[in-house]
Amino acid sequence: MLKTQELTLNLGPHHPSTHGVFRCVLNLDGEYITKAVNHTGYLHRGLEKLAESRTYTQFIPYNGRLDYCSGMLNELTYVTAVEKLMGITEEIPERAEYIRVIMSEVQRLANHAIYFASMALDTAGATAWFYGFRDREKCLDLIEMASGQRMMPNYMRIGGVSDDLDENWFKLLKELVDYMPSAVDEYEGILTGNEIFQARTVGVGPVSKEMALDYGITGPNARASGIDTDLRRDEPYSVYDRFKFNVPVRKNGDSFDRVMIRIDEMRESIKIIEQAMKDVPEGPIMAKVPKVLKPPVGEVYHRIENAKGHLGFHLVSDGSTKPYRNHIYSPCFVNLGIFPEMAEGLHLMDAVVALASVDIVLGEVDR
Amino acid sequence: MDKIVDREALVGELNQKFGNCAEIFEDNTNQSIKVMPEKLVDVMTELRDNPKYDFKVLVNLNSVDYPENFTVVYHLNSLTYLHKATVKVVLDKANPQVPSITSVWKAANVQEREAYDLMGIVFTGHPNLKRILLADDWVGHPLRKDYNLQA
Repeated sequence: MLKTQELTLNLGPHHPSTHGVFRCVLNLDGEYITKAVNHTGYLHRGLEKLAESRTYTQFIPYNGRLDYCSGMLNELTYVTAVEKLMGITEEIPERAEYIRVIMSEVQRLANHAIYFASMALDTAGATAWFYGFRDREKCLDLIEMASGQRMMPNYMRIGGVSDDLDENWFKLLKELVDYMPSAVDEYEGILTGNEIFQARTVGVGPVSKEMALDYGITGPNARASGIDTDLRRDEPYSVYDRFKFNVPVRKNGDSFDRVMIRIDEMRESIKIIEQAMKDVPEGPIMAKVPKVLKPPVGEVYHRIENAKGHLGFHLVSDGSTKPYRNHIYSPCFVNLGIFPEMAEGLHLMDAVVALASVDIVLGEVDR
Repeated sequence: MDKIVDREALVGELNQKFGNCAEIFEDNTNQSIKVMPEKLVDVMTELRDNPKYDFKVLVNLNSVDYPENFTVVYHLNSLTYLHKATVKVVLDKANPQVPSITSVWKAANVQEREAYDLMGIVFTGHPNLKRILLADDWVGHPLRKDYNLQA
């Protein structure tokens, strides 16, 4: 008789399929996973502690370093949280609110494009990778034009946005919006409609509705599991209540649905941008906020629909210029918590697909 | 605007069911209740399962080092009513211990480990209370206010 034994394998921290410096210790029986244990923290920079010795304004650029695939959305979360704490949410100029919405959705498109690309790569479909990155670059060009940086924009300000957008920018935005639907069609043609891709993803790593609620899964991953939730609709922030869009929901919660929900969402994002760019009002882009920000004593928990889930900030103020406590609720960190249960019983190569489909960014997991 | 649960009714019902365990916590958010640590798991299970409140989601778990105490803050949200509540547990400064709520929401697992790692709150009954972001041999809990930042 052949002697067999369980194998312990380190997946990561330097492995392309972990999308960064994430380590997972797998117990393997043949090629099937019997147990998975997450090890995070390789990218921990102590942002929450750093925030305590920075003023409220000084912390804005750090947000781009959280989830570096959706910097605009992180910054928006933070500045709206501070605005809520100061009670100046109503004073933000209309034009700034519209620009914020447009920027968020452009960033969401960029994030989902990179998700699509890395998903393709993890299922060994390197051709589709180029499609995703081609379109992500188009989105990032717009962000770069407005803010000066591709990934860490530092564009949102407490009270508005840093720079105004000119006609030329909106012309290029129009080009992007006209082009994107055909690109999303291409995604469906080259990857999600592909039989091999479906064989790799359909039914892999299913997450039921109950399991998703239990693990606190939010955002696209929750919607893929049949939870009808979207903060843009349920708790509208900024001016999202003025736009018509659908909230796509899927039932199976497997890797394939998690990919498809993002494809659906990209179409909705395009719709929102189209509506927003049509009626951007003229006017100022910054509210009159004091140079030195001293929010009143108190606390606030504010969250928005980030590209990966609900990103939230719990800010505690003691009345000084620096936050007493700045807690970042990271959707990636909490979503990653489901991976050990998801991976159990999976084939090793399927676990890589399941991990990719959850869409984690280690900058936000480790903070 | 945020929809907030009726706190008076909630506190009344909890006190009736589990003895004197909850009270309204006054802060600027007007949505907080304070719960005794001993009854935390019962209260959380009730909040999750009672169809009147239906807090199916643990939105956030955080800990704050106040000068006079440690406070663990749980933000809850209902998907059906879209209302919110904040549960606060006030802990002793010298010995911050609170029952783990991983049995109610598995989402608490990683977040409690984070609070333990960075703030040093001990969650009793947690299945695997180890450091999650810092190295295993790290000394101290960085988010405490008395943590020495100088190298």
